[in-house]
Amino acid sequence: MSLFDWFANRKKTGLVSENRHEREIADGLWTKCERCDVLTYTKDLKANQQVCPDCGHHHRIFSGDRIEQLIDTDTWKPINTQVAPEDPLRFRDRKAYADRIRDTQAKTKLTDGVQTGIGHIHGEPAALGVMDFRFMGGSMGSVVGEKLTRLIELGTHERLPVFIVCASGGARMQEGMLSLMQMAKISAALERHREAHLLYIPILTHPTTGGVTASFAMLGDIILAEPEATIGFAGRRVVEQTVREKLPDGFQTSEYLLSHGFVDKIVPRTELKQTLAQLIRLHRPMGQVAIAAKQTETARQVETVLKRSD
Amino acid sequence: MATTERRPILLDFEKPLAELESRISQIRELAEDNDVDVSDQIYQLESRAQQLRQEIFTSLSPAQRIQVARHPRRPSTLDYIQAISDEWIELHGDRRSGKDDRALVGGIARFEGRPVMMIGHQKGRDTKDNVARNFGMPVPGGYRKAMRLMEHANRFDMPIMTFIDTPGAWPGFEAEEMGQGEAIAYNLREMFRLDVPIICTVIGEGGSGGALGIGVGDRLMMFEHSVYYVASPEACASILWKDAARSAQAAEALKVTAWDLKSLGILDQLLPEPIGGAHANPIEAADTLKQALSQNLNVLLELSSEQRRSQRYDKFRQIGVFSEG
Ligand SMILES: [Zn+2]
Repeated sequence: MSLFDWFANRKKTGLVSENRHEREIADGLWTKCERCDVLTYTKDLKANQQVCPDCGHHHRIFSGDRIEQLIDTDTWKPINTQVAPEDPLRFRDRKAYADRIRDTQAKTKLTDGVQTGIGHIHGEPAALGVMDFRFMGGSMGSVVGEKLTRLIELGTHERLPVFIVCASGGARMQEGMLSLMQMAKISAALERHREAHLLYIPILTHPTTGGVTASFAMLGDIILAEPEATIGFAGRRVVEQTVREKLPDGFQTSEYLLSHGFVDKIVPRTELKQTLAQLIRLHRPMGQVAIAAKQTETARQVETVLKRSD
Repeated sequence: MATTERRPILLDFEKPLAELESRISQIRELAEDNDVDVSDQIYQLESRAQQLRQEIFTSLSPAQRIQVARHPRRPSTLDYIQAISDEWIELHGDRRSGKDDRALVGGIARFEGRPVMMIGHQKGRDTKDNVARNFGMPVPGGYRKAMRLMEHANRFDMPIMTFIDTPGAWPGFEAEEMGQGEAIAYNLREMFRLDVPIICTVIGEGGSGGALGIGVGDRLMMFEHSVYYVASPEACASILWKDAARSAQAAEALKVTAWDLKSLGILDQLLPEPIGGAHANPIEAADTLKQALSQNLNVLLELSSEQRRSQRYDKFRQIGVFSEG
């Protein structure tokens, strides 16, 4: 879905409490599945990472939840949290960009559309970036570009695998050409990371479109996607207008990209963390595997000796 | 460049100028028919026309500049290649998709004695040609052909010159199916890897990712009346203003001119155009381009490939405006 479609589809949510269930939905005790309408106890839905236990629908989640789901407890070290947007073009559409930034920051408690940091994934150190669709449709401006570039550069320097969870309508128009150029800047950093023989995996979530698709989303050594996410370069509506006919069902979905060879694997959210850990381990050079095994063995021996001395 | 012979295509803001010019030729005809000497009056009118043309073209609004950038007679990639090189062999195909993309052309040229890979978007010269060229909007195969040619250039130590002139990458069904996003993304990354000098010039319209897909280089140059934008003002207006008719306002807000890009730290060099735009005097425009390419190429050839790659990285690395702390 492009930003365009997103704005067009955005519905106003107004809940009317007509019966007990609806009241409890309004209270947040129960959550109704967007797809199958089945009610799930909100706590259970959260425990299942916002995946409907009934139909498997992946409800939209945001950067904070994602970090919590992927990173081992107490190992997350956020970086560059002070990098904040400016208004270099003095851009004003129906609303001034400066006001849009301020209001979105207040509403989301985020500085801009991505959180970056270092943390452990099942004990494996990794650099992780998570885009946040709440922040102006996850659009990529200077801050998203700068933070992701620094994350990748840190990954190269520290020899860490890099993961980026994508969720974006594309480049941020309010920063004009500065936004477009972030595509090249991030790709440049990825080129150096790649030259260093390090692993980069983007995880495409709903929606991943426009300039993000035409840069780091498609540059993974391995590309993963969540089920049923919209992934594409041009927005569906634009494509429809171009070809002047209805597009097939499932066009620009994760499944469509998988069958066309642009995604390696569709991973349900509940299996994502273990899949990432598995992939990190599968890419560790044999020498390092031997060293790690030796370290484990030594640690075990030390422990045995310690136990004996008790 | 056979464009000068044909009847001119007038943009709306050129109309006062056209009226003045038609008055001049009327007077000239009258004088000839009646054998009267009007050279003084003609001279005065012509200098007024010249002044008017200069006034019009030095104060174009961004929306007007876009009209010039999209002018059907504006010199195209193949026009410039023909004008600035001594030899030219066009090469075709990406060796993968089974179809040659005619919206993105490339080949080997001899430029001031040196073999150079020249690649660019190609708009059509008339309606029929435009359909064949898909109005200069490439499919993934076009970007993959460009990459194939750039790899070739890298192997044979040929500098690369790209010419940007596209409304954008083609947003069609098959283009999506064949991985438009992947094709562009791949070029963005790989162009940072290439050892040879890369000079990119926006000769007309720089339409978003479709332009950037051949736009990563050591130098970015732009003709005076060219534009480069993150989203077309028409698309931007309909998304942000919910009103496609606001495109002039969007063009203003998006900062799409060479001067804008210079002040944002994106553009290296602005190429002046003949008065009336490149289409008014394509030979002069081609001369300007050739000189600028030559000067930049000579500077870049003095550097080692490591120096070029590291400077190319730094050039893009510093783009962006944000606060910290
Ligand atoms: Zn459900």
